Amino acid sequence: MPDPVIRPDTPLLEVEGVRTRYGMIEALRGVDLSVHAGEIVTLIGSNGAGKTTLLNTICGEPRAHSGTVRFAGQDITRLATDRIVRLGIAHSPEGRRIFSRMTVYENLQMGALIADPAHFQDDLRQVFTLFPRLEERREQRGGTLSGGEQQMLAIGRALMSRPRLLLLDEPSLGLAPLVVRQIFAAIQEINQRQGMTVFLVEQNAFHALRLAHRAYVLVNGLVTLSGPGSELLANPEIRAAYLEGGH
Amino acid sequence: MAYFLQQLINGLTLGAIYGLIAIGYTMVYGIIGMINFAHGEIYMIGAFLAITTYLVLGGAEMASVPLGLMAMLVVSMVFTAAYGWTVERLAYRPLRGSFRLAPLISAIGMSIALQNYVQITQGARVKSIQPIIQGGFEIYSQDGFGVQLSYLQIIIWLLTVGLMIAFTYLITSTSLGRQQRACEQDRKMAALVGVNVDRTISLTFVLGATLAAVAGLITTLYYGVIDFYVGFLAGMKAFTAAVLGGIGSLPGAMLGGLMIGLIEAFWSAYFTIEYKDVATFGILVLVLIFKPTGFLGKPEVEKV
Ligand SMILES: Nc1ncnc2c1ncn2[C@@H]1O[C@H](COP(=O)(O)OP(=O)(O)O)[C@@H](O)[C@H]1O
Ligand SMILES: [Mg+2]
Repeated sequence: MPDPVIRPDTPLLEVEGVRTRYGMIEALRGVDLSVHAGEIVTLIGSNGAGKTTLLNTICGEPRAHSGTVRFAGQDITRLATDRIVRLGIAHSPEGRRIFSRMTVYENLQMGALIADPAHFQDDLRQVFTLFPRLEERREQRGGTLSGGEQQMLAIGRALMSRPRLLLLDEPSLGLAPLVVRQIFAAIQEINQRQGMTVFLVEQNAFHALRLAHRAYVLVNGLVTLSGPGSELLANPEIRAAYLEGGH
Repeated sequence: MAYFLQQLINGLTLGAIYGLIAIGYTMVYGIIGMINFAHGEIYMIGAFLAITTYLVLGGAEMASVPLGLMAMLVVSMVFTAAYGWTVERLAYRPLRGSFRLAPLISAIGMSIALQNYVQITQGARVKSIQPIIQGGFEIYSQDGFGVQLSYLQIIIWLLTVGLMIAFTYLITSTSLGRQQRACEQDRKMAALVGVNVDRTISLTFVLGATLAAVAGLITTLYYGVIDFYVGFLAGMKAFTAAVLGGIGSLPGAMLGGLMIGLIEAFWSAYFTIEYKDVATFGILVLVLIFKPTGFLGKPEVEKV
């Protein structure tokens, strides 16, 4: 198969007509969206809308039963998870999934598994600069960290692989407002300083929309709205549905 | 005192064998949560491969004993590892994601199949070898009873301790070991950081089989006789050792192995030898009543 021709305007991530089901239940019913290099794109939606399912489908587990996922022009819909990840997608999943019986340092080593070892010290320095708390806890077991520290570690671990695309699944979930602000500031910094492309899934729509260049709204497995973050933030329907009591 | 010391030496030697086998049970349980009932047979095959190598080299007339032993060790480890790998590929991998009991049933089937396979190809009669390493010293003597420590026992201990150190290093300090532990803790996340989970599971079977092969070689040298059935009881005892130490825990498997070895040696010495297996399993029951996770087992609370 010849290499796909990558035009400058080819999105880094392209999701086209993706449907995913669990048994009889169809969690995604034909999702289309795209993320371009350098962008922060957010996907908001209420609990059960299918946000996590979409990120997991991008990573190959569960598989889409129809539709395509393309990364940098390459069809990755049928690839195994570890192959997809090796192409340059890093996932900080729902629930953080820190390796709880490994130290912070070992978790970061796991993140760097697929990266060139020559970059390890530099990348470690960058993660510790972004989240100084992790350096203080370096030898502590992941399972004993606070929720906020675990989230920092999950993002740090994802960054250690030097990804081209960072997937974040509800990084603010269950965290105190002050910690949420820290995490979102860090995401912005990664994007601005390193030019990292970020696809951010959130229920906390207020923060996510302020941060994002573009946004999609997912309802019951379908994208119902999309546009610049600021535009959706001003949309009365969105305000009513997702921002009531938001802070 | 002298008698006690002698039993201690014998018990530690036996414990080394159980410990080496127990690691295979505990690692496989740790990574895929199943009891590999065919592991005792893998150990038995390791013993047969050692004897076969011995015979091929000319038996008691082998040219050089150290080289011959080395060859027995290497051949047995390599081929037993291949058996361990094959068992996983044939009997367990196709069932991954199936209902929980399926691989367990498959394991019991595999165990029976391997026993019959060896019985048919090697015959049902016991196989024996001449003692290869003889001699030793009397380290202590009291009232005319001398405590014997044989060269073979010393070699067995050194080999076992060396392997345990190398193995602990592999698991705690290398990338391969980290990938193995990552799969134990969260297979899905391991795949998400780029670990090839299937390959890591295969590797776990290969490592467990390699250590079982060493235990098989030790059995061959120490007892001099084996048959196609040795894997059953030794496997059950090593499994008991793994549970006693805390299934899933590597130091636990080593500790449990030593404990079972010592219990057996002392029970046989001071009580009746007929009931030594009853004693072993009885103690397992007692320990599990008071400490269900075993001595060094980790509590299950943090499993997602
Ligand atoms: N492993 C699963 N098995 C069956 N149904 C699932 C599974 N995971 C999610 N679902 C269902 O799929 C739908 C979407 O879930 P999810 O993607 O987790 O939503 P979100 O992340 O937006 O909260 C929900 O109805 C949920 O109940
Ligand atoms: Mg979710």
